[in-house]
Amino acid sequence: MKPGSRFARLFPAIPYLWLILFFLIPFAIVLRMALSDADTAIPPYSPHFQGVSELGAFLSALDLENFRLIASDDLYWRSYLTSLRIAALTTLAALAIGYPLAYAMAAAPRRWQGVLIVLVILPFWTSFLIRVYAWIGILRPDGLLDSALLWLGLTAEPLRLLNTEAAVLIGMVYSYLPFMVLPLFASLQKLDRTLLEAAADLGATPSRAFLSVTLPLSLPGILAGSALVFIPAIGEFVIPDLLGGPDTTMIGKALWTEFFSNRDWPLASAVAVVLLVVLVLPLMLLQRARGAAA
Amino acid sequence: MKRLGPGLVLALVAGFAFLYLPIVALVAYSFNGSRLVTVWGGFSTRWYGALLSNQPLLDAAWLSLRLAFVSATLASVLGTLAALALARHGRFAGRTLFSGMVLAPLVMPEVITGLSLLLLFVSLDIGRGFWTVTIAHATLGLGFAAIVVQARLARFDTSLEEAARDLGATPLVTFFTVTLPLIAPGVAAAWMLAFTLSLDDLVIASFTTGPGATTLPMRLYSAVRLGVSPEINAACTLLIGAVALVVICASLLLKRERFARG
Repeated sequence: MKPGSRFARLFPAIPYLWLILFFLIPFAIVLRMALSDADTAIPPYSPHFQGVSELGAFLSALDLENFRLIASDDLYWRSYLTSLRIAALTTLAALAIGYPLAYAMAAAPRRWQGVLIVLVILPFWTSFLIRVYAWIGILRPDGLLDSALLWLGLTAEPLRLLNTEAAVLIGMVYSYLPFMVLPLFASLQKLDRTLLEAAADLGATPSRAFLSVTLPLSLPGILAGSALVFIPAIGEFVIPDLLGGPDTTMIGKALWTEFFSNRDWPLASAVAVVLLVVLVLPLMLLQRARGAAA
Repeated sequence: MKRLGPGLVLALVAGFAFLYLPIVALVAYSFNGSRLVTVWGGFSTRWYGALLSNQPLLDAAWLSLRLAFVSATLASVLGTLAALALARHGRFAGRTLFSGMVLAPLVMPEVITGLSLLLLFVSLDIGRGFWTVTIAHATLGLGFAAIVVQARLARFDTSLEEAARDLGATPLVTFFTVTLPLIAPGVAAAWMLAFTLSLDDLVIASFTTGPGATTLPMRLYSAVRLGVSPEINAACTLLIGAVALVVICASLLLKRERFARG
């Protein structure tokens, strides 16, 4: 296909315009909204910025009130910190569970690997909500986990994990595990196994060979998997809402509450803007990991 | 390839047990005869019968299916065009911005995507309902579809297209007789991925929907908030079955295509 033909030139234009309209412009509106006052009118906001002609007036009346509120209110600070902590713990736990799994998958005979990948992806295709709901049945008081542990005599009394941070963590790791396993598997599968043989020939113990050969070579997979888990985890709403309790208010839930319950659209937008700023660093890391993998 | 050691077999078994046991438990309890979730009251399909008379749930399911069908079709067309643009047009103005915008919805927290699209619809004064959710889901699915199709395009022999052009086919004819049939399995897989993403989404739909357009996840979510019930388990089991069927079809489709290539 010649790039010069008119038909070919249409290819980028349609999705490009679509994304500008439905992805880029909405972000500009969020930013504008974040700089507006809450108002009881419907839609509930009074914008400070109507158009380019008012830019001068807008800049002089720039309203950072919503951001000041976020900075001063304990609730938001704690939500951001809780989100960061839970997302970081989720990433670490997913790595701890996902790495051995991905390693075993990569070491498995090649004819099994296709089936194993489908098995990892399959839960990801079933509804997110269903997977979280399944854990409610397991973690609730008198649920499957407590019943099983008591029956086995491993615990003296029920753990009552539902509505705790532990429950949120379990739900998060469970939901995001495939995002960790797939990039890890991709980088471990590409690993040249003769390098390990060479290391063994040179007298390295298996653990030494793992630390100085396998681990560094799978670093792009570790980075990509961690970013793919960390980024969506930080803004997660459904899991902390259904499995968490009052102590586990994550920022996604704070945004949701601000929007749907308090109907404070400007404040919800400001929360979103700050969340985006928090995500810039991990997003750049992801971009670099993708670059390294390519 | 040598056999797996016991440690690796354990890693596989434990990993997949973690992934699958919760789903198995959920499916098992949908056949529980007792309303109490903690008591096993014998095998029964009564909750599936109860589902059939739950009209709001059925309406929501029908709406979600139509919505997923339309948005997946839009997403796979747009995603295919985006993938062609990224794979075939080495450089064009704003390429970095474009590829960034294609990939960003994949990792963007749903609350942000949902909020920003809602604010757009409000600014444009568009009545919210079926079509606003469709547009939102198509935007979400576009990026996923583009990645799937792009992977297929990367293994594509461009000399076939050149041959068609040399034989006098117009670009349009070349596209429909050579390019599209060759990437069709990728487009089909992209469509299925976008379809399940749309069927699955709660957060973005909650932001962008309006009165009278309650999707299945929204119904399920409000039911789940009230607590566990075997009827929800039955609904979830049906959904899991449907999705598993689609995924198995998709992987068979991709496998057959791989065999056809030899």
